[in-house]
Amino acid sequence: MMLLASGLHAESGGALGKSLYPLDSYGLEGTLPVVQGKIVLLDFWASWCGPCAKSFPALDLLYKEYRERGVVILGVNVDEKRSGMDKFLEKMPVSFPIVRDAMQKLVGRVNVGSMPTSVLLDRNGRERFRHSGFRGEETMTALRAHLDTLLGEP
Amino acid sequence: MINKQWVWLFFLLMAGLGGGCASVKPWERGTLSDYTMRPDRDPLSDSLYEHIYFTREGAAGGRGVGGGGCGCN
Repeated sequence: MMLLASGLHAESGGALGKSLYPLDSYGLEGTLPVVQGKIVLLDFWASWCGPCAKSFPALDLLYKEYRERGVVILGVNVDEKRSGMDKFLEKMPVSFPIVRDAMQKLVGRVNVGSMPTSVLLDRNGRERFRHSGFRGEETMTALRAHLDTLLGEP
Repeated sequence: MINKQWVWLFFLLMAGLGGGCASVKPWERGTLSDYTMRPDRDPLSDSLYEHIYFTREGAAGGRGVGGGGCGCN
């Protein structure tokens, strides 16, 4: 329980409990995966953010571990210039889908408090859990616990 | 006695300066985190400035640099 509690960061002005769907209403660049009826982990990241680079290999592993169970990890890049994102992804390719929040509408709606921030959405697109920053195995354990909780719901 | 006009002018100036303040959201910090914004991006100029600083202050070693504080190294 304490582990779950430590991962819950209901930041002020966030969208905890509110539906973020439809995702195509934010003008995101890139191909959106099918998210209806799935558990979605939105990972807000930027090329200039050091901890984001550390989190990517771990999130890629998490995606490979959970995608068959109906979990979508969607990387949401918030770089102001597309070139920053492209260079980053050349160095660090990942298997989960990436979109770019060019107008910073989604990140503004979610109102993330730090970079990176992972937001977990339930099957109805409601924000249920939020994890700010990346602290290695501690973060991954908390994310797995959150995903298992959401997967256990009808 | 301070002229009222000067008081108003002072407050107007302060209000104008205050308008220049802005909060930067976490996702807008790309420019701030650019390499060129780092104060320690040039090692040569850093070492020169450090030398001038601790020579002037007589405080060598204060920033983790070895020395006795004589300002002679």
